[in-house]
Amino acid sequence: MTATTQLADARISVRHVRKTFDLKGEEFVALGDVSLDVADNEFVTVVGPSGCGKSTLMNILAGLDMPSSGEALVDGDAVTGPGPERGVIFQQYALFPWLTVRKNVEFGLKTAGLNAKDRREKAEHFIDMVGLGQFADALPKMLSGGMKQRCAIARAYAVNPSILLMDEPFGALDALTRVKLQEQLLDTWSRDKRTVVFITHDVDEAVYLANRVVVMAARPGRIFEIVDVDLPYPRTEEMRLSPEFAALRNRVWNAVYHQNP
Amino acid sequence: MVAVTDATVRQTAAQRSTPQKGRSPRRRMLVLNLVSVAIGILLWWALSASGLRLPSPAEVAVRGWELLVDGTLLSDTAASLTRVLIGFALGTLVAIPVGFLMGWYAWARGLIEPWVQFFRTIPPLAMIPLALVLLGIGEEPKIFVIFLAAFFACVISTFQGVVNMDRTLINAARVLGTKDAGIFLRVVVPASVPFILVGMRVGLGAAWATLVAAELIAAQAGLGYRMQNAQLYYDLPTIFVGLITIGILGLLMDRVLLFAEHKLTGWQERR
Ligand SMILES: Nc1ncnc2c1ncn2[C@@H]1O[C@H](COP(=O)(O)OP(=O)(O)O)[C@@H](O)[C@H]1O
Ligand SMILES: [Mg+2]
Repeated sequence: MTATTQLADARISVRHVRKTFDLKGEEFVALGDVSLDVADNEFVTVVGPSGCGKSTLMNILAGLDMPSSGEALVDGDAVTGPGPERGVIFQQYALFPWLTVRKNVEFGLKTAGLNAKDRREKAEHFIDMVGLGQFADALPKMLSGGMKQRCAIARAYAVNPSILLMDEPFGALDALTRVKLQEQLLDTWSRDKRTVVFITHDVDEAVYLANRVVVMAARPGRIFEIVDVDLPYPRTEEMRLSPEFAALRNRVWNAVYHQNP
Repeated sequence: MVAVTDATVRQTAAQRSTPQKGRSPRRRMLVLNLVSVAIGILLWWALSASGLRLPSPAEVAVRGWELLVDGTLLSDTAASLTRVLIGFALGTLVAIPVGFLMGWYAWARGLIEPWVQFFRTIPPLAMIPLALVLLGIGEEPKIFVIFLAAFFACVISTFQGVVNMDRTLINAARVLGTKDAGIFLRVVVPASVPFILVGMRVGLGAAWATLVAAELIAAQAGLGYRMQNAQLYYDLPTIFVGLITIGILGLLMDRVLLFAEHKLTGWQERR
């Protein structure tokens, strides 16, 4: 089964993307035939069993990898590499360990050619936004996992991308930290709308954050089902415990864990 | 000695987080070290007193003093250090760009690696006869073999540093808009520094070890030359002075690099 939605005003369009890897001479199909449109300002989460090609899809959207066939479009243009309108957040934080929090956040600003004073001001703003003000001059090794990820988020925000691509960003964090960062993420998202593609293996998280949950299946990697989440924003604690939420979660859960091959 | 230092470093880090635990473990370590040295010298003294053909510590100390006062020890040390430092500096200077080239460009790796792997298996000392024939008996052949020793240790390490670096860091820089040159200078180079420093330490050790042997060939000064000369006269105290000087200098140079390593790679997560 292939679920497809075609939107007229899509910011991101994935069109019949297929991605194969060469595994000891054999062709391994990481993504079969994936098509997906993401609307402007939409928050889409992607869930699926491990190995179903979530990261592969993300890398293609980020421009870090190219599809074997088909294409990914952002604002109508084929993705051929990374772009300033797309910010990426990795599960492993990917902070530069030799740079302080401040210098990490300034990294992209330096690339963009800002002078030292503007860099510092901008970085300061985003460091404060993620609540790392006291740790601006600390090295990543001094930070907890949650703080590292907040630093990575500040670094991505600093270059002001209108699209956020997040690959299991909270996957390695403890439950409490994760909930906090989810709230923070929704908070900033509802304030200055961005288009978000958020990958997770956590069904709860997928439903809680999303306008739409894309459920993927493996072998070959494909979209299995798309679940619309018609809960209003802002999402609240009570909503998490509501029967509507439970029903949606069950539906996604079944789609993820009881996929018929 | 390296293990001791690492332990000391961890100790220092622990002290920083819990200051009241104090410095007593560190001091105890130092006391143990000193006791060990004292026992060693005592054993040596006992052995020489028991009729073994060994100079006593006192004889060696006296000879050391004589050589120091008449200037030979200093001029020998200067000659040896100059050779080692020139050879080591040249070797490192060439090794770092070559290592980066190999790690960064597959084609460079394909072209260079067979030669590095092949010549690496030849002990630098085995190059001495060739170096003598090609370069004469001046400073050049000695510096050349030291250069080789330092070069091969450092080139492999630098190359490993680039190859083994975390690819997600490169991706993180790319998605922030950084192009190849920026990625190289701002990500690959700093990420490789710890590997380069390890390579330099190994290289300096190899260079120092190669030196003495290189100085056994027709040198007019140097610690190796002095010992070779002393050998002709069965002058054991001078040989001991040479050995001890070589050991102390090697240790000092290693410590300098170790210090640089801790200064420059303190950002690494330790587990
Ligand atoms: N560079 C690669 N070479 C070979 N196989 C790969 C490569 N990258 C991913 N794969 C394979 O493709 C499949 C999908 O990987 P990935 O997109 O990382 O899955 P997910 O993120 O959903 O866990 C996995 O089976 C993985 O082993
Ligand atoms: Mg993944």
